[in-house]
Amino acid sequence: MSFFEFLGQYWPRLLGGAGVTVAQFLLAAALGIAISLCMGLMKLAPNRALRWGAITYIEIFRGTSLVVQLYWIFFVLPLLGLSIEKFTAGYLAVGMNIGAYGAELVRGGILSVPKGQWEAALAINMSPAQRMRRIILPQALVNMLPPWGNLMIELLKGTALVSLISVADLMFESRQINATTYLSAQVFGAALIIYYIMARFFVTPFMRWLERFMARKLGRA
Amino acid sequence: MFDWKWDFVWEIAPRLIGATGNTLVAAGAGYAIAVVLGLILALAQRTPYRVLTFVVRELVEFVRSTPLILQIFFIFYVGPQFGIRLSPWMSGMIAIGLHYACYLSEVYRGGIEAVPTGQWEAATALNMTTAQRYRRVIIPQAIPPALAGMGNYLVGIFKDTPMLSVIGVAELIHTANAIGSENYRFLEPYTMVGIIFLAISLPAAGLIRLFEGYVRRKLGL
Amino acid sequence: MTHTENFPTELTGDDIPMVRFQKVRKSYGALTVLDDLDLDVAAGEMVSIIGPSGSGKTTVLRMLMTLETINDGVIYIDGKPLTHMPRAGKLVPANQRHLRMRRADIGMCFQHFNLFPHMTALENCMEGPVQVLEIPKAEARDRSEELLELVGMIEKKDQHPSRLSGGQQQRVAIARALAMRPKVMLFDEVTSALDPEVIGEVTNVIRKLVSEHKLTMLMVTHQMGFARDISDRVCFFYGGKIEEQGRPAELFGNPQKERTQQFLSAVREAV
Repeated sequence: MSFFEFLGQYWPRLLGGAGVTVAQFLLAAALGIAISLCMGLMKLAPNRALRWGAITYIEIFRGTSLVVQLYWIFFVLPLLGLSIEKFTAGYLAVGMNIGAYGAELVRGGILSVPKGQWEAALAINMSPAQRMRRIILPQALVNMLPPWGNLMIELLKGTALVSLISVADLMFESRQINATTYLSAQVFGAALIIYYIMARFFVTPFMRWLERFMARKLGRA
Repeated sequence: MFDWKWDFVWEIAPRLIGATGNTLVAAGAGYAIAVVLGLILALAQRTPYRVLTFVVRELVEFVRSTPLILQIFFIFYVGPQFGIRLSPWMSGMIAIGLHYACYLSEVYRGGIEAVPTGQWEAATALNMTTAQRYRRVIIPQAIPPALAGMGNYLVGIFKDTPMLSVIGVAELIHTANAIGSENYRFLEPYTMVGIIFLAISLPAAGLIRLFEGYVRRKLGL
Repeated sequence: MTHTENFPTELTGDDIPMVRFQKVRKSYGALTVLDDLDLDVAAGEMVSIIGPSGSGKTTVLRMLMTLETINDGVIYIDGKPLTHMPRAGKLVPANQRHLRMRRADIGMCFQHFNLFPHMTALENCMEGPVQVLEIPKAEARDRSEELLELVGMIEKKDQHPSRLSGGQQQRVAIARALAMRPKVMLFDEVTSALDPEVIGEVTNVIRKLVSEHKLTMLMVTHQMGFARDISDRVCFFYGGKIEEQGRPAELFGNPQKERTQQFLSAVREAV
């Protein structure tokens, strides 16, 4: 069967899978960004308990494998009385994992803001929360956006692992089609191309646009 | 409270330790391929042949934008369709090696580009051939700044080995799955796998930093 | 546009210059850095190049070292074309092989030394002889130690560049270039990146070379006193051309052109 005949026949399933991948990506991204901010700020907090909490979280999620985290959340948590539906378990694991990496970016971004900015904010008598929200975070955000672009690609690729707990994403649908048709080159080739298009023509351009947009907002472009 | 059974832990420990060996072998072999192939991909992008440079650049982008787990499936299943039968180990090593070669090629590229132009000029003034310039002058200086990135990807490759379980490589997760389904107990095997990952990747990160310092001193930088 | 293919494939006669620039033009896009440059340097001659920044003086040396390509004209070294090679009786642009062959006659020292940071002083000097000239290691070591002795750096031969001062690094760089036994030595603002108190240790080495060795040398410098002392001839560059040249006593003592006078008086005022 030629590649285009194959696409003609199986495109609805591939598209459905891609839709689930996009949903997983967006939910995991939202969760990941929230966790990154939270853990990144905690790691810089003067309070020791907060700092250690963040360090523990980051080291556990960066030190183990996403596959292990996914299995643990989906198979082990129910044994502890916390049952999570597979779709939720999927983006939860991916988002929590990415959050640990993002936390380091947030921390680095904040540290990259010159000391003079802190001092100037203090000099106009801002509260610590105001300083962070109004002065430091906006500048930190611009500094850390370029590595966030890479992290978002990693996140997209990470969502393919939710197929391992049978979430019907693009990866899962491809495996199913492969198992029934053995048209491996066609189905896996198509999936590779779809992931590539999502990364190269959606995620990356959006992140570039965001970089330019934020830079303009700060009057740097 | 968790129904954690120490007897079971001791019972399955030998199998998991054996699987840890497999995981380390897989990570080591994949990394060896990636280190060499990555350098070739980086140097290929510096040749004056526009077509070669373009093709390699696009290949690197493509591989970096698509999920490793999908690439593993692709290599494992597409070969037989064209009469090439690769063992799970073989296809796994090719997939992981190629995937990380693309990442490492970017690390090398950064390292090479960080060498000041004056070094190239001094090498020209000594009338060196292109091969001599790279071998004697540029690459020795490009490696130390690349070491941190190379180390991160060594740990990264180790944490990605669980994906090989999907094509039946008996690494840690594959073994934990097997133990779990034989005994209907998932708490201990998955938790132990997580701990094994932490116990290896955290010290590894520290050792890599020490090694980096050692190389810098050794080269007199 | 001249027709470089009709330039001579080899200089002949009794008085072949060591270096000849013939109608050399260099431009970056619309910006012409050097225009129609003609310059001969005789064997054993020491020529200093002075001039304001942007006058194209450093470009002269970089073209000679083949670090820059030229847009027109031909450069000859020891009577043979450097930037071009003969093919069927005509000159065509040189390929890499030809460049490597002809480049062996030229050595260069840079403003920022460009020592290899991962090698000791001795290893820096031995690198070219061993790797490029393929001289036995023991011989290369003897030669390098002799040259490090000459530049007064023998005690520091096992140090890496990061442990040396700027003046010391530049002296090692001179030894490294000499170790290749070039016929022509180029010094590109070798004292410009140095602290004032160590400039003397580098200029003394160059003085020694001029008095004891019969090397052909081209030097771009901002140190007028030094240029006056040791040069056989001084070229004043302005706007991509040689505005004026002559014996140092004449050029510094009695400059003919207005721009030369302005430049020299501006430099004197700065001191």
